[in-house]
Amino acid sequence: MGLLDTILGRSKPVKPDLDDLFALPSAAITLQAAGNLLPTGVGSVCVKPAEGGAFAGLREQINQLLAMNGGKYDETTDSFGFTWIVRRGDAGDLAGLVADLHGVNATLTDAGFGPALLCTLVTFTDSQAPTVGLVYLYKRGTWYPFAPTGQDKRDNARELQVRAYLGDELKIEPDLSRWFPVWGAPGL
Amino acid sequence: MATSSRNRFRSDPQLVARMGITMFLIGALYVGVVAALFATGINLGFILVIAGVLLFVQYYFSDKMALYGMGGRIVTPEEAPELHGIVDRLCALSNTPKPRVAIADTDIPNAFATGRNPKHAVVCATTGIMRRLDTQELEGVLSHELSHVAHRDVAVMTFASFLGMAAGLFTRMALYSGFFFGGGGDDDDNNNGAAAFFLILLVSMVVYALSFILTRTLSRYRELSADRSGALLTGRPSALASALQKVTGDMSRIPTRDLRAAEPFNAFFFTPALANGVSISSLFSTHPSLEKRLAQLAKISAELGQPV
Repeated sequence: MGLLDTILGRSKPVKPDLDDLFALPSAAITLQAAGNLLPTGVGSVCVKPAEGGAFAGLREQINQLLAMNGGKYDETTDSFGFTWIVRRGDAGDLAGLVADLHGVNATLTDAGFGPALLCTLVTFTDSQAPTVGLVYLYKRGTWYPFAPTGQDKRDNARELQVRAYLGDELKIEPDLSRWFPVWGAPGL
Repeated sequence: MATSSRNRFRSDPQLVARMGITMFLIGALYVGVVAALFATGINLGFILVIAGVLLFVQYYFSDKMALYGMGGRIVTPEEAPELHGIVDRLCALSNTPKPRVAIADTDIPNAFATGRNPKHAVVCATTGIMRRLDTQELEGVLSHELSHVAHRDVAVMTFASFLGMAAGLFTRMALYSGFFFGGGGDDDDNNNGAAAFFLILLVSMVVYALSFILTRTLSRYRELSADRSGALLTGRPSALASALQKVTGDMSRIPTRDLRAAEPFNAFFFTPALANGVSISSLFSTHPSLEKRLAQLAKISAELGQPV
């Protein structure tokens, strides 16, 4: 945000940075080798639905897009009023999952709703400990791990461990205060 | 989808222009006063220093002072998961650092944000506002407050009100004790001295009045600007509008004693605390009228409905 925006009011929204999403498949291999964490095949895109006819029309469009892929997608709304578009696919096909999630992002961005994108979540599991999520922050173009262990509790040690595994593979969000929890997100 | 990325967010050129003109006029007033001081050779350095120190303290400790004044308490995510959750999401959407989150235990429905910069910001909601509003409305209110933080409104308003404060300070000091004036005329003629004194007094009163009106005007534009960018961030101007209606309706029903205690903090409140039946000319109020704010939000809502 420039000085002029500060003085005269924010006029330009923050554009999402979608690039680093595609680094995930190779990072997943590292994650499996180092941490024995396997993708669950569940990924989701979280957006803030705007009011008005344009967004309603867009949602229709997303639904059509999703229906074409054999009903692998569904949609939930969390307690904060954010919409999660969830894709449940083959656990082995992470590249396909990322491509599908990118398709959702691109549709939203093209229609001018890029600023409404909050995050993408892809989940991993090692069959013993609870599921770990990797969260992609669109506005920062960075990732962070989120490991919930129950009601409003997260396993920080495990999150830092995952960060250590992935430090070379993904752009990990350096500012820990931005690792906000996504309680009750789909797949966790 | 032909274009890669289209922009649904439009700034309001009229609002930007009005705000720009107001800030220009404040700047012009600064230049005028400094030029006049130079031309007449009057040395008012000490007044400027006193005003500067006072305002700097106010600016530097704005977060602590406002929290203390409102009885706000910093809360952890465990204590207030909903409030933190909303702030987390809004900050991630707008790519801003997360401010500290506080709750003030009062039934006055209000929220405010202060702090000299985004890193030292605090956003505070009262228990009254959290009880009255649903999640979407609360999100609208917090988005408005986070816009104040992003727009650095504490810094802008501190700078804008400096001259008015200095002029007001001088007028008051001059009125209480006529003993420090001049430095201008070389001849110590009593008549000349008295005339100069009254001239300076008159000028400083005019400067004070002008600066007062200008800063209040600027404050109203900053509020509209925060409403606008807050509503665009959430994409739900109607939720903010409904929060405004709920809160301003309630605000006028609270007892006067509480309000008087709250008044110094009006500047960064979500809605100003005004006693029932008090009518100030719109020229002097820190916040735009409810109708104006609702009209702007309705316009944004209509814009969002249009296909791009």
